[in-house]
Amino acid sequence: MKLTCLSKGGGYHCPPCHIVSVGGLQFLLDCPLDLLALTIFSPIPTGSNAVLDGDSDCSPRTFLDSEDGRKRQKMDKTLDADDLIRSEPCYKTVTNLHLWDLSFIDVVLISTPMGMLGLPFLTRTKGFSAKIYATDAAARLGQLMMEDLISMNVDFRQFYGPEESSFPKWMKWEELEVLPSALKEIAVGKDGSEIAGWMPLYSHLTEDPHLHMSHLTDAYTVCRARVLLSAADMKDCMQKVQTLKYAEETCYNGAFILKAFSSGLEIGACNWTIRGPKNSVVCLSSSIFVTSHAMNFDYHALQGYDLILFSDFSLDVNEDTENRVMTAANNLSSVSVFPSNYLYSDGSDTQHIITESLLNTDDSFEEMEKLAFISSCIIDSVKAGGSALIPIGRLGIVLQLLEYISCALESLNLKVPIFVISSVAEELLAFSNVIPEWLCKQRQEKLYSGEPLFGHVDLIKGKKLHLFPALHTETLLKIWQEPCIVFSSHWSLRLGPCVHLLRRWCGDPNSLLVMEISVIQLGMLLVTNNMAMYNLQKGVDADLALLPFKPMAMKILQCSFLSGMKLEKVQPLLKMLHPKVVLFPENLRQHFGGSSTSSISFIQYSENETLRIPRLNLSPELDISTDLAAQLNWTKLTDENIHIARLKGELSVENGIHRLLPGNEQIVASHSGLLMHWGSVNLQSLVASLQNMGINAHVEEETNGTETEYGVHIVGPNRALININATRTVISTGDEKLASLIFEAITNSLDSI
Amino acid sequence: MAIETLVLGAGQEVGKSCVVVSINGKRIMFDCGMHMGHQDHLRYPDFSLISKSGDFNNALSCIIITHFHLDHIGALPYFTEVCGYNGPIYMTYPTKALGPLMLEDYRKVMVDRRGEEEQFSSENILQCMRKVTAVDLKQTVQVDKDLQIRAYYAGHVIGAAMFYAKVGDTAMVYTGDYNMTPDRHLGAAQIDRLRLDLLITESTYATTVRDSKYAREREFLKAVHKCIANGGKVLIPTFALGRAQELCILLDDYWERMNLKVPIYFSAGLTIQANMYYKMLINWTSQKVKDTYATRNAFEFKNVRNFDRSLINAPGPCVLFATPGMISGGFSLQVFKQWAPYEENLVTLPGYCVAGTIGNRLMSGKPTKIDVDENTVIDVRCQIHQLSFSPHTDAKGIMDLVKFLSPKHVILVHGEKPKMESLKGRIQSELGIQCYDPQNNDMVSIPSTHYVKADASNAFIGSSSTPNFKFPKIRGGNSELGDERVAEGVLIMEKSEKAKVVHQDELLEMVGGMKHEVQFAYCCPVQMSYTERISDSELSSRNFGLHKLLAKLSTELTEDSIQDCGEHLQLESLYISFCSRDNCAYRATEDCIGDKSATTYFCCTWLAADEKLAWEVISIMKKLHVIDT
Repeated sequence: MKLTCLSKGGGYHCPPCHIVSVGGLQFLLDCPLDLLALTIFSPIPTGSNAVLDGDSDCSPRTFLDSEDGRKRQKMDKTLDADDLIRSEPCYKTVTNLHLWDLSFIDVVLISTPMGMLGLPFLTRTKGFSAKIYATDAAARLGQLMMEDLISMNVDFRQFYGPEESSFPKWMKWEELEVLPSALKEIAVGKDGSEIAGWMPLYSHLTEDPHLHMSHLTDAYTVCRARVLLSAADMKDCMQKVQTLKYAEETCYNGAFILKAFSSGLEIGACNWTIRGPKNSVVCLSSSIFVTSHAMNFDYHALQGYDLILFSDFSLDVNEDTENRVMTAANNLSSVSVFPSNYLYSDGSDTQHIITESLLNTDDSFEEMEKLAFISSCIIDSVKAGGSALIPIGRLGIVLQLLEYISCALESLNLKVPIFVISSVAEELLAFSNVIPEWLCKQRQEKLYSGEPLFGHVDLIKGKKLHLFPALHTETLLKIWQEPCIVFSSHWSLRLGPCVHLLRRWCGDPNSLLVMEISVIQLGMLLVTNNMAMYNLQKGVDADLALLPFKPMAMKILQCSFLSGMKLEKVQPLLKMLHPKVVLFPENLRQHFGGSSTSSISFIQYSENETLRIPRLNLSPELDISTDLAAQLNWTKLTDENIHIARLKGELSVENGIHRLLPGNEQIVASHSGLLMHWGSVNLQSLVASLQNMGINAHVEEETNGTETEYGVHIVGPNRALININATRTVISTGDEKLASLIFEAITNSLDSI
Repeated sequence: MAIETLVLGAGQEVGKSCVVVSINGKRIMFDCGMHMGHQDHLRYPDFSLISKSGDFNNALSCIIITHFHLDHIGALPYFTEVCGYNGPIYMTYPTKALGPLMLEDYRKVMVDRRGEEEQFSSENILQCMRKVTAVDLKQTVQVDKDLQIRAYYAGHVIGAAMFYAKVGDTAMVYTGDYNMTPDRHLGAAQIDRLRLDLLITESTYATTVRDSKYAREREFLKAVHKCIANGGKVLIPTFALGRAQELCILLDDYWERMNLKVPIYFSAGLTIQANMYYKMLINWTSQKVKDTYATRNAFEFKNVRNFDRSLINAPGPCVLFATPGMISGGFSLQVFKQWAPYEENLVTLPGYCVAGTIGNRLMSGKPTKIDVDENTVIDVRCQIHQLSFSPHTDAKGIMDLVKFLSPKHVILVHGEKPKMESLKGRIQSELGIQCYDPQNNDMVSIPSTHYVKADASNAFIGSSSTPNFKFPKIRGGNSELGDERVAEGVLIMEKSEKAKVVHQDELLEMVGGMKHEVQFAYCCPVQMSYTERISDSELSSRNFGLHKLLAKLSTELTEDSIQDCGEHLQLESLYISFCSRDNCAYRATEDCIGDKSATTYFCCTWLAADEKLAWEVISIMKKLHVIDT
């Protein structure tokens, strides 16, 4: 077994990416896009698309030309909006994945909707033939995210026109050289290699025979054609994804059973288990124990596997968290009551209950507090006459915020419209109301009592919430009023309607932008300390994200949400799951394998290094059919405790189980293993048994150098000679019948099969 | 060991489905239904047969409910709350959501309308449903260490599932009710090809074969349209769930297409509420309905509104869905009384009505008068239309499923005796599968599958998985590639240890012995005379005689080909080499026949495996007389 961590990702929106080789098969875990890297691009320049204020006629072409002449030599200056790359954005895939021969990948396992955004790049690669598995919910959400990306990218294509070549100008080395260092690092990485990861969005590589670029003259038609083709890439990709239900068992190649169990991170997000004849592996991704939208982390189902690949990178470790572990551990006096059907009753209940109590401390309470705080900030701004803009990031946050905000508005009797503006708004919200199977218990209860699963259903019915695919729809302009609360794509602040709204409101000190920042970028501070969240603090990436909109008078609320396990829960979890081996990222070194008492072996891995995992030394189990077992010919060995029998049949592998069946009689009968003897011949008993057969023999000892050889001479009924030494017996006679009698006698005095 | 199937209900009848199956020490109850036709103790399955002492928690591993119809779920609150079963219960999400509605509705009809003694209370229903674990389709549920269950889509009603259960190496499927053809809102039943010991299937339409349902749907729509066009009122008595939604999708769609404005009413809040559930459970409907949920949820009926009692005698045409079905009482009876006397009105009846209901009486013949009770007689002048589509599979569907799954045994339940008999015959004769149709409280016992477990060595698995390509020669010269791989190994049983399977080469290491080779040898005389004088050196040259022998043997042995290895000839393990020693230990002097000088000796050695072959060759060699010319 081997593991290569291709990327440790970047928080919720960019899950890590690994290649695991199990039993000779290559499993790719997730195929994300680093959408945070989009911030190096400039949004579509001002004025050209200010929909709500009416268009100005700035020609994109002249704009570009003027930029061409400009030298950008500002590497040491502070960044400003002009430094951002003005081009149709490219999308950063996992660079290290391009170093692999993609045709050798056998299986792709998708753990979250975000983990599949890079899939179309993979599926259109020549020679790629892997089977892709995702949960039904993740596949649907992932598809909607892709559709949204494609539709938002259209704006850029219309603005910049078609590319002359597939190699964008900004990627030329001269251009990259003059990029400010902050942008350059994002673009090419520390060692300059990451430039290879950038790709134009699911572009026109899939050739549609009916659409020849040369036949399309005007730029707009070309754009439309490309959108269609991009969509074709995606559609093609989605057709290759095999969707699974919650905990559905699927079998790859007869030998590997794959199952997905909820991870709690998002609707449809999951942890995969792989069970082969020799190995069983859990791919443990970022998981949340208790959530208030998606189904909770199902960790019970992960018991009984040999190896855990721990790839929750959300816990970034620093001193503060150390202390928190202590306090959290001391706060465990309140033990909640657990439903008894949660536990297998197998004697170790007490141990289980201890573990349970540790695992069930309420994660979601903190998250709920955050949501309540955000919604109160939003209410404050609309009360002050400003609008609130919430870029759509995490689906669960959007769904819950809608509920919190509408509740708050209701209680204050405020009539402020809420808009969700995204090309997939309608589908996204509708979908969230039809998948009770992937939601948390409280939401499922709503199903049982016949209520909608999320609050937005009633809001839409009550005309308090309006959904629009884009800003420039007539109906939207008709009902538009400010202040309002808008959820809109995209959280990178580079794409989609969000950009236009931000431009509109960035100068208004009463308006509010709710920004989600990933934990990785800011450290644990915001998560670990509730108070810190209340400070309107600025992180590094947030600065870059807001660059095009500066100077900003608008208020900004940055918040981060739990996007994985909390450190203090990792040890108890592993203790309960009790695998033989845990693979963990090197940066968590000090937190793994601390307790010397545990029988789990911990092995660390680091990004872009291949780790060989020592053999777990398990022999595969074989099921022998009873028909076959009944026909066995048993031989008792001289060591009387051992019985052996020759086994013949047809080996089949089905659902990860090796089975030996009687097979085709004719073929099986035609095969017979070589007769084998071992042990040493006891001369006395040999002579005795020959005597019983009516054969007289006498033994002569012959010394032939160092070896002692015995010659057993037989004169009647026919002549024969048996030469015996320690490892060999030669029966020589011209009498066939006699030879077989002697052979029988020899066989009896040896062990044989 | 055996699989024991105890049929507590739906044995040679329709109603109170309940089958208890014991597999390798696990005991599963499939369905816990009630019989609508009985008012006494016969309405429930005889639970005492499961456990005399009434300790059901230890007697059963779990209960599985296939769908929300009362004849499958009706006795569940009674069994859990009154009989005291506390163990795990599994059903699909829709069944868990809609089951309580059906139970509550039934309870109300029983207690509030008929004034019967309460079998279970509303609180009982709620308590009971709290014990239920909802499952998704294909979700593999580990009930305990040994028992695994899984639901498969069954069509029939929303959330209906066939359940697969596996204990150790033994596996079975209980179908519940299913439909092999899709209808307006549900897809057809779907299941994987499984290795089954037992299939328990419903057989409601054991002998019926149905044609396309579109014609029958058209017929229904035509009847409704004709009625409202003439200003009549249409009464559709139906239960709140299932059929109501199917017909409503049909009508709503038709209204849209024909641009009809006549109102469609739902009698009680129940059906409107039910539609709310259906909207959230859209993933359990057919693909066609599912695909459109975002833009237009198919259960968001545009032309449907709530009915008010005051509208019963309002003028003008309308369509009304009223509960309960079969006009067994309640609101549908009330409306029937008012509308039946007018010939422009229409009443549609479902395909099957329980004996004793008005629906049943309307179906049998065309009565002009119906006495509802002692004081009321209704003149029936309205038109009657009988719906002829059913959410059950037909005989062809059952046969298709049985053939697809090819289980070792089939048990038929949920059907009528004579029809089941005939289906049983067909399954046995056409498919060659043992089939049973037990009646209630009968027990059927069939053998279960077991495998002997052993640890296999990697070398064994490796060698057994290596392809063994053969090119068998076929008459006509064409040869076809065949992979005749055979797994060969040695099974080792040691006291108090798990059996091991190893490759033969690993055996000695395992048992700790030293290999001892047993060989046969014989120095065989062959008569060789030469017409020409040959120099001694030539004669003694090993190869000379050997080649002569090879040439001779090759003509004698047509089937096997002898290899010439220079120093010796080889056939399997038989080695033949020229022997020049006069006192060869393997030579038997009395074998010397004929001319001693013309005798050449060849030493032959072989292993036991080729004993027969070796003696055959030797006998040929002895008889040979090589005359060189």
